[in-house]
Amino acid sequence: MAKSSIKVRAKAKNGVVTVKALISHKMETGLRKDKKTGKVIPAHFIEEVNCEHNGAAVMNAEWGVAISKNPYLSFKLAGASGDKIKLTWKDNTGKSDSLETKVK
Amino acid sequence: MQRRHFLKNTMATGAVALAATSGLLVPVQVLAWNKKAFDAKDVQGAMKGSLGTELTEASDKIKIKAPDIAENGAVVPVTISSTLANVTSITVLSEKNGTPLVAKFNLKGKAEAFISTRIKMGKTSNVIAICESGGKFYSARKEVKVTIGGCGG
Repeated sequence: MAKSSIKVRAKAKNGVVTVKALISHKMETGLRKDKKTGKVIPAHFIEEVNCEHNGAAVMNAEWGVAISKNPYLSFKLAGASGDKIKLTWKDNTGKSDSLETKVK
Repeated sequence: MQRRHFLKNTMATGAVALAATSGLLVPVQVLAWNKKAFDAKDVQGAMKGSLGTELTEASDKIKIKAPDIAENGAVVPVTISSTLANVTSITVLSEKNGTPLVAKFNLKGKAEAFISTRIKMGKTSNVIAICESGGKFYSARKEVKVTIGGCGG
């Protein structure tokens, strides 16, 4: 299986789970030009990130092109160790990826 | 002759039926992604598109953690947290970007009012954070000086 584009760490402390995620994606703005050809590189970026906690949606993020390359995202939610966190992203070309992990 | 006729007819109706069903089956495109808001060229437009209003109340209950000086505008770490109750969304804007709307985080259920991410900033400007709580919008801003811009290049 291809390596997932998502890396997630979720840790519980005092009933609060901190989720930290790194997504590998080039987040092209559509404004940059190729230095060699002078052509504009088409926009290619993540539009949507969804997170589920034990199957229930907790976060839905709408992203623009101004999110940095290889996006980092961190958020918190109420939960405990052993809970399931599922992260899904979708970009403007229709590609998507998801990863499920357990809270430590 | 009659048999041939019959075949021809069934095939024709079959094709029509197929066309009809496939026409019906074309999914209605629901654009979750708010293109209008993300394409807006000014802060007001972005806020209106994303939140439906441009009126926000300044609040000291929202904390923006971002560097005072960002050396590289392509990667500006921003952390937003709030002590407001029932925050349902956090919106991030960078005032002087070509398209100011950076991201909107819709929070549900057990999520807490905390978001941390890295954004691109074209030039020195304010980072605006807007929290939605109980149908009202509260905002806070912080200036970040950018030495090298991170949009285009």
